[in-house]
Amino acid sequence: MGDFVRIALALAAKDLRVEFRTRSTLLAAGIFAALVLVVFNFSRDPTAVPDAVIGPTALWVAVAFAAVVALNRGFTLERAHGAMDALRLAPAPRGALFLGKMGANLVFVLLVEGIAAPLAVLFFDLPLATAGWGLPLLLLLASVGLVAVGTLLSAMAVRTRFAELMLPVLLLPFLVPPLTAAAGASVRLFGGRPLSEVVGWLRFLAVYDLVFVTLGLLLFSAVIDE
Amino acid sequence: MNDPLARARALLSVGGWITLVALLGAAAVVVLALQFTPTEASQGLAQKIFYLHPPAAWGAMLAFALCGIASIAFLFLGDLRLDRFAASSAEVGLAFSAVMLTTGPIWGKPIWGTWWDWDPRLTLTLLLFFLFLGYGALRNALHDPRERARYSAVVGIMALVLVPFIHLSVYLFRTIHPKPVVLRPDGPALPPEMLRTFLLSVAVFTLLYVGLVIMRYALGLARDHAESLAGGDHA
Amino acid sequence: MPSSDAPLLEARGIARRYGRAAVLAGVDLTLGAGECLLVVGPNGTGKSTLLRILAGLARPDAGTVTLDGRPVAESRGRLGYLAHDTFLYDDLTVAENLTFAMRLQGCEVAGALDAVLARAELLSHRDRLVRHLSRGLAQRTALARALLHSPALVLLDEPYTGLDAASSTALTAFLLELRGAGVGVILVGHRPEEGWDAVTRVAVLARGGWVLEGSRPATVPEFEARAREVLVG
Repeated sequence: MGDFVRIALALAAKDLRVEFRTRSTLLAAGIFAALVLVVFNFSRDPTAVPDAVIGPTALWVAVAFAAVVALNRGFTLERAHGAMDALRLAPAPRGALFLGKMGANLVFVLLVEGIAAPLAVLFFDLPLATAGWGLPLLLLLASVGLVAVGTLLSAMAVRTRFAELMLPVLLLPFLVPPLTAAAGASVRLFGGRPLSEVVGWLRFLAVYDLVFVTLGLLLFSAVIDE
Repeated sequence: MNDPLARARALLSVGGWITLVALLGAAAVVVLALQFTPTEASQGLAQKIFYLHPPAAWGAMLAFALCGIASIAFLFLGDLRLDRFAASSAEVGLAFSAVMLTTGPIWGKPIWGTWWDWDPRLTLTLLLFFLFLGYGALRNALHDPRERARYSAVVGIMALVLVPFIHLSVYLFRTIHPKPVVLRPDGPALPPEMLRTFLLSVAVFTLLYVGLVIMRYALGLARDHAESLAGGDHA
Repeated sequence: MPSSDAPLLEARGIARRYGRAAVLAGVDLTLGAGECLLVVGPNGTGKSTLLRILAGLARPDAGTVTLDGRPVAESRGRLGYLAHDTFLYDDLTVAENLTFAMRLQGCEVAGALDAVLARAELLSHRDRLVRHLSRGLAQRTALARALLHSPALVLLDEPYTGLDAASSTALTAFLLELRGAGVGVILVGHRPEEGWDAVTRVAVLARGGWVLEGSRPATVPEFEARAREVLVG
């Protein structure tokens, strides 16, 4: 058990160290998210579509696209110099490798949200205080699900020639449940509804997360081992 | 029969006949629906699509479920034939959901006044369509048969697990789809002639699924054989 | 394949096809501790595939591979493998790459890292990014990385490629050291003179199987002559 966690942490730490040395993906994803938010602002009639409605929506779209950028990075890194083989050769439980990759991806996505969410609050004048603790909780739960599915799919997509295209195509249907729940809940939270009203959605997200993390732990071996 | 090509031809033939019977059955359904089944009072002629649309939905779901089950079986058993079956089922499912996505709006326009609506069932079908499409795209992009089979199985299983979540999340929104008419706790609410035509259509689509999958499987068998003759990746 | 007492590595009936071509058609192999087997053969005849199968990176269509009696998939920590790829991350330093490898292998890092660096003569380069290393240094780092967990079996696919004379000699000396410690080595190579001093057995792989195998002949020209005979015939 200790080995499992230790290897996952080592892998995640390695990914983060590589990323922070170059910072390329984080910047790309962050700028992308900001761009999406700006475009959303200009693509509607402000009198017809209120900030409170488009704001949360724009945030989740920005998060989804930026997450795809971040996810692609994850396994592209392992393609250089055959590093994937090195992971396969290690006496490491495949679930630990999945968790490590997923952990690093999660940190990235959360960092991108750390850029996107304040920008969304700023651009769309979203009442942050009203939303309260519900918002970070929502962001965390939605991100875990997104990243679990994304890690599993990007490990496969990276083996195809058009990985950047393949990942979004595979990922899209899997994003619908968490994004639907997250967007629905955040609109309500920003609209001043109490946390108790969105508990159903939060539970939905938690179950989605649990199911797909488990599936990832179980299926990762089929993806990386012959 | 040891020769794969001979086997493929035989399967193609069997599948072809079954499909032909199914298509004739479909023609019979259309005739029945138009001539011999009473027209529904409130929805009029447009309601007749009911005999095509939900049965096609049933076909798509069947294709999807069997693809998922075959995927699970493949990961345990490793038999490439299961992979070939899963791929065939997915392609047929793609076709069925494409049918649904076109017949749905054709019905919807006269009744709902709009070509498209994010109605739960239609949305579910759209997402199934994308899942099938993604599955096919991934298969196309992978060339090693073993890797292709493994990855397809993983995606197939993930998709199967996803469906209940999609179902739940699209129902978080209001629906204008007609309430279930056949699958109700207190029995179907249809007059017997309509029920008869409907059930016949379901049987026809099931048969159509079987025939098409057999044919597609036969083609897959032939293509795998051709690929192995041409030689795959080299050492 | 002549068997050794209590073989370290045992492969039986390894078969692998690509498309219709049977790249490996029922290959057997045994290797004892302290032996060094050199495998040569024409390009594309499956040498690299065989090595990958022995390392557990690829699955044969038929046959088994065992290390000390256990399936190779369960023995991952006991073997070291190095092929054309270095397995290194360009944006990490030498030390960071080795530390990561140690963690993956479950080795204790503290203290051991310096020993690994010292043995590979990389101490002075420890904080350099791999991206900035010369080919030779990168190769040395890659080798250190592949062997830092003291494996019982070492599989090397053309390790002499790109090495200068000094590094080549050092590598051969290192292989002799490994043998002395009871490690089994399989070398896949193009040019038999590279590493010849460390080799104990030779084999030629062609047409899906062994066309020549046995103890190492006295000189390289002798071996090359025999190999030419069987390959042409």
